[in-house]
Amino acid sequence: MNPGSSLRRMIGVLASVVAVSAIAAQPALDVAKSSVTATFKQEGVPVESPFRKFSGNISYDPANVAAATALIEVDTGSLDIGDPAYNAEVQKPAWFDSARFPKASFRSTSIKASTTGFNATGTLTVKGRVLTITVPVTVRTAGNATTFDGTYNFSRKAFGIGDPIWNDVLEDQVVVRFRLVNAAR
Amino acid sequence: MSESALPPAQYTRTAIALHWLIFGGIACAFALGWLMTDMAISPMKLKMYNWHKWLGVTILALAILRGIWRLTHSPPPFVPMPLWQQRLAHGLHVLLYLLLFAIPLSGWAYSNAVGYPIVYLGLWRLPDLLARNRELGAQLLVLHQTLGMVLLALLALHVAGALKHHLLDRDDTLKRMLRWRRVSVG
Repeated sequence: MNPGSSLRRMIGVLASVVAVSAIAAQPALDVAKSSVTATFKQEGVPVESPFRKFSGNISYDPANVAAATALIEVDTGSLDIGDPAYNAEVQKPAWFDSARFPKASFRSTSIKASTTGFNATGTLTVKGRVLTITVPVTVRTAGNATTFDGTYNFSRKAFGIGDPIWNDVLEDQVVVRFRLVNAAR
Repeated sequence: MSESALPPAQYTRTAIALHWLIFGGIACAFALGWLMTDMAISPMKLKMYNWHKWLGVTILALAILRGIWRLTHSPPPFVPMPLWQQRLAHGLHVLLYLLLFAIPLSGWAYSNAVGYPIVYLGLWRLPDLLARNRELGAQLLVLHQTLGMVLLALLALHVAGALKHHLLDRDDTLKRMLRWRRVSVG
């Protein structure tokens, strides 16, 4: 047996052990404790509606905030606005077109530390349209959980959500609130 | 019995106005309620839901005023009729009053339960009666609609009674709810 190959094998095993333990230590998004909601306004009535399905990955090191990355994906068909018929309506082509665009996403491209957390700049992709946005995020740490809170004022028009005939009763601005909880496993 | 203790011979104008205003509100709210639930989703459907809710809140406010007025101002006594008829009419009035409160409140609670606050005339946000709860919302909708049907049945009886007095008995029962001009008591 060639001593060089066995050394390489040992290094390989060691490296994978290190890699696996690093992944295990990495906190993961706790979806049950997290929420993503959209609050739209119809004739002055604010309706807070949750996205029932979303996923994501935030890597965050308080010692090196600028190195943080975030990817959040929301199932556009999972928006619950309080009634099955209306939930089905907003999946139609005039709205989210969930059949063609099942996911909306935010992917960070640059993170800058702020006094309360950080400002996340990245690409927001909804219904095939891509917009670069910056969202202020508040970070709180309690025990082994880190909570990321933020609000983004979403424009329906910018992403072609909803036929203009609705503009009379439905405001363009939709307030998207997220609370994402990273918990160490 | 001294003259001042005599029961009034007629309804006050306030009582007459409240009676017919509330009747008009109920008629419009019923029409909207029927139409809007069967409509396909559209901006007009949304508007009609809002009008229906605003009407309901208006009826509730008028019902409160009317309740206060009724407790502080005696209505004229029944025209002469058998006791069972008086009891039936009185019982019916009590039930109608209860529904004037119960139906708007059940609709308000239903709206809140499915996540929709009430914003009166699109301007003033009213307090939520309860937190979002889908199962409760479904039950409240059934309650709201059932009470609406009960109201419709009781109103039919109320109108039938009024017409019976007017057409068969030819008495003053219906006319005194329509008499706006003050009549001097002779």
